[in-house]
Amino acid sequence: MNTEAVCLEIACLGKRYGSRWVFDNLSATIQQGETLVIAGPNGAGKSTLLRLLAGLEQPSAGTISYRVGKRRISPSQARQILGLVALDIRLYRELTALEHLRLFADLRGLSDDAAISGALLERVGLAERANDRVASYSSGMALRLKYALMLLHRPAILLLDEPTAMLDVGGRAMVAGLVEEQRERGIAIIATNDPRELALGDYLLNLGVTGETS
Amino acid sequence: MFSPSLWRSTWAILRKDLRAELRGRVAINTLLLFAITTVVLVSFRLGPLGISRDQRAVTSIAVLLWIAIFFAAMSGLSRSFVAEEEAGTAPLLRLAASPAAVFAGKLLYNLLLVAVLEALVVLLFAALMNLRVGNPGLFAASLAAGGVGLGVATTIIAALVARASVRGALFTVLAFPLLLPLLVVAVGATELALAGAGWSKAWPELRLLAAYVLALLAASLLLFEQVWEG
Repeated sequence: MNTEAVCLEIACLGKRYGSRWVFDNLSATIQQGETLVIAGPNGAGKSTLLRLLAGLEQPSAGTISYRVGKRRISPSQARQILGLVALDIRLYRELTALEHLRLFADLRGLSDDAAISGALLERVGLAERANDRVASYSSGMALRLKYALMLLHRPAILLLDEPTAMLDVGGRAMVAGLVEEQRERGIAIIATNDPRELALGDYLLNLGVTGETS
Repeated sequence: MFSPSLWRSTWAILRKDLRAELRGRVAINTLLLFAITTVVLVSFRLGPLGISRDQRAVTSIAVLLWIAIFFAAMSGLSRSFVAEEEAGTAPLLRLAASPAAVFAGKLLYNLLLVAVLEALVVLLFAALMNLRVGNPGLFAASLAAGGVGLGVATTIIAALVARASVRGALFTVLAFPLLLPLLVVAVGATELALAGAGWSKAWPELRLLAAYVLALLAASLLLFEQVWEG
């Protein structure tokens, strides 16, 4: 787990598809312990911005830079300290929850300890369905498993897209707890329009209104 | 920072793909169906060609064998990457695994499928067309070298086409010119093996196959990260 302070800087960031700019000239600096909430109407680019920050898409303009301590790290290094939970990123329907955790422990070079996997599934409320295939899960359960996968490597930069959209009351409380914990671990960035989630942030970036954080 | 081991990641991706395939059986069923249909159809019309040892029959068998392998491979091997994109799971792999591990895991998976496919086609040829092999060692070597080339080429092409909207057609269109030299040489080596030629006679074909595989593998390793990251 990373113990140095992380910092994320966005400078004059823009993204366009074809000739249409989704957003342009976004600038922000998010420091260790801070939570940024991104809001805006449908199509304003909330999810696109998270995908850019995760390195899943390339910006059309501007730069994204990550720092750990005083070191600037490359996008490929940044992926090792990033965790993205989003509805449009799917899980493997043929695999069980435990098989997912084992797969991602192997991919990230982490300990493949059954006790750790069990504790994570217990935390996200999936312990009793640990050996069931994801194909049999509801949308909310699949989202809970994505949280377990994210918790596996305890990312310093946590990116959440509509984090409680499919969750029940218990699930929403779990997410609020995770965001609060993240203040000690690093940075959280949440894309949402849900008033309950807007309250989780220290800053609001409203893509429909302005390109600057306050 | 975490530093995941390449081999551990590669093995994890291979194991994941095998597990998913054994539970879903999409690629395996497609490969089996295509291979069986092709060989049965050929055997119905041409009969037990292998009985005859004349040059024409040997050439025909070698060509038909590789046609069956090639088209069955085209129908199933693109799944390795296409399935990830279609199911929306590719971003999970992009975030957690290094491009090198993804390529190696998918390549090993495709090589395994090619090996199963070749074994099946050879068994079907032996059963339905009375296949007789003059030089079994050379036959195995030509199948292995051709199969590795087929596996490497289909892996990088599958990665290339996975994000396109007309994946199926594009896969075969891109694969055919890339694989044509490989198939021509593999047919030549297989023909020599069926006719019972010695290793020395087939050495130029085997060297060409090895060179093709190495060149394609080197190009794939250089290109893959760019292709995968888009």
